[in-house]
Amino acid sequence: MDTFVQQLINGLNIGAIYALIALGYTMVYGILRLINFAHGDIYMVGAFAGYGLAYFIAANLGLAGASWGALLIVLVGAMITAALVGMAIERFAYRPVRKYSRMTTLITAIGVSLLIENLFVARYGGMGRGFPQLLNDRTYQLFGNAAISKSQILIFVVSIALMLLLQWIIYKTRVGTAMRAVSFNLNSSKLMGINTDAIITFTFALGSALAAAAGVLTAQYSPTIDPLMGITTGLKAFVAAVLGGIGNIPGAVLGGLLIGVAETMVVGYGANVGIASTYRDAVAFAILILVLLLRPSGLLGSTVQEKV
Amino acid sequence: MKFLKRLLVAVVIGLVLYALNLAMSKEGLFGIGVPLYQVDLWKLAGINVILAVSLNLINGFTGQFSIGHVGFMAVGAYSSTFMTVYYTQGLEQSLAGAVGAGVAAAIVFLLVIIVGAIAAAIAGLIVGIPTLRLRGDYLAIATLGFAEIIRIVIVNTNRIGAATGFRGAVDPWPGRVTIPAYTNFLWIGIFDVVTIVIIYNIVNSDTGRALISIREDELAAQAMGVNTTRYKVTAFVISAALAGVAGALYGHWRLPHPADFTFVRSFEIIIMIVLGGMGSITGAVLGALVITFLPELLRQLPGEVYNYRLVIYAALLILIMITRPQGMLGGREIGFNWLKRAQRRPEGDTAVGADKGVPIAERDAPTADHAKEVENR
Repeated sequence: MDTFVQQLINGLNIGAIYALIALGYTMVYGILRLINFAHGDIYMVGAFAGYGLAYFIAANLGLAGASWGALLIVLVGAMITAALVGMAIERFAYRPVRKYSRMTTLITAIGVSLLIENLFVARYGGMGRGFPQLLNDRTYQLFGNAAISKSQILIFVVSIALMLLLQWIIYKTRVGTAMRAVSFNLNSSKLMGINTDAIITFTFALGSALAAAAGVLTAQYSPTIDPLMGITTGLKAFVAAVLGGIGNIPGAVLGGLLIGVAETMVVGYGANVGIASTYRDAVAFAILILVLLLRPSGLLGSTVQEKV
Repeated sequence: MKFLKRLLVAVVIGLVLYALNLAMSKEGLFGIGVPLYQVDLWKLAGINVILAVSLNLINGFTGQFSIGHVGFMAVGAYSSTFMTVYYTQGLEQSLAGAVGAGVAAAIVFLLVIIVGAIAAAIAGLIVGIPTLRLRGDYLAIATLGFAEIIRIVIVNTNRIGAATGFRGAVDPWPGRVTIPAYTNFLWIGIFDVVTIVIIYNIVNSDTGRALISIREDELAAQAMGVNTTRYKVTAFVISAALAGVAGALYGHWRLPHPADFTFVRSFEIIIMIVLGGMGSITGAVLGALVITFLPELLRQLPGEVYNYRLVIYAALLILIMITRPQGMLGGREIGFNWLKRAQRRPEGDTAVGADKGVPIAERDAPTADHAKEVENR
């Protein structure tokens, strides 16, 4: 039982990270029908931006060591940086090819992904580097042997806060209403006087900021970052978005949490049923294929009409 | 007469390939040899041609969006090398006594290539039957998922070297230790030609027209009585089998390693066909050559810029997509006219609408407008 609770905590934790990234995939897909393969790399850019900022403020503001202030600055700074990067990508790479066929836009997305990865490898090298600890991490004993660490609590609190914020933006603000309109029908929204280009750029900014937050939060929990860290995580987050029903916001969160939990359960219990823990990466895809075959539009895909 | 002409073409191509192969061997052709580094590039280019041309059958001609091609290549590579490491050694030895070592090796290699093709075809069937019900992006994601699962299964299978790559027999097997390096440029060249001929003939046959009708409008094709599922699965299986051939050639040249078969490699093949122009065989060949050689050309860059060569490569890719989204050839073919003259149809037997004798596949390439039209539906 203790092990189960422990695995559940760890799984939900990884799942929350996947969910944050999946939200970006799903929002962009909802609006443009574009699989933004560069999104996983935005997650990496966020982590690197946080890394740079952490050293910058330690050197210039004297906020050395672990402090909540430093953590807040790093988190928000990384989110803003990634948002700007996301907007630039949309403006200079995706907007010119938006009207072309899906293959063309897909190749462009792959090109952007390669560009970011290779730029960071060329600039910073392919080796992993340690992310400075901005949190005096410690573990709290729950009942029995299950434990939760401060960084895990941080992941839960920040990701839930960000998801609520996103929910508020999408359903309670004018720009959110415009986003929903654009995802419903781009051309009609244009006729209704919505500046669709601005809305699309805003969507990229929003998604990228969430991915950057995921990057910084992950770096607090497992503090090694490298230029290729976004590939596998990004792919799994994308799978999470499809699993929940791509284009569907609650679906992305559900998909992320499901994949996170499934992965840790395979690591924890797979050996009992003859599945080696090294199969953890295959689990996400196996679940994905099953869901696609049984329910092609994803878990929440067709039941919820509003797609952003 | 027609047969003689074809035979002549085949013999000429064979001789050219043989000469090229000599030029690329250690001894060289009349003392003129190609540097080893360039030989490797040409081999890689040849394998990429097989992959690109075969994937083009699904993505370019049938209009189905597969991004898991590398999975079938992996199946072909591992199944064929598995045979040569564990099972064919005895056969090769007994054959060598009868027909000589060189011929024996060739027979065995051909056999294991066929094994690789069949294994990949079976994998294609297993993947294709359930997933080809899906459309568009969902199909793409499902194929990607299957390819990743294939790779992860390989990583976890000790008999074929697991995560460290397959180099030879894993203890306690008493047989051959390493994978024999059968592959040379001749083999790759022959299978390039075979692949192009197979795909060309399929595209310009009844089956090809059915496939193209699925690409243009699946519902309409269904309404006209085309069994869309059957044709899609057929295209998928043929394409997978050819990818398996490419894998077998690759496996007996550079020992197979799971890192060679990630989804990034699938993307690379897609880039080749999109860059060349979807739905064009010569375009796929051209795309494969460009994508193989471009990064190597960028290696010539001087000093500090050299480190950024892959960044430049990616930037070029984006730029090409922005400026020429239909690819280099935009669905047209180049240089097939002489082939067509060699096998011209009898008088009066022209396909509907093919007034100039140009195959439908070459006239109606998928355009951006068409994609948009489908989008708006």
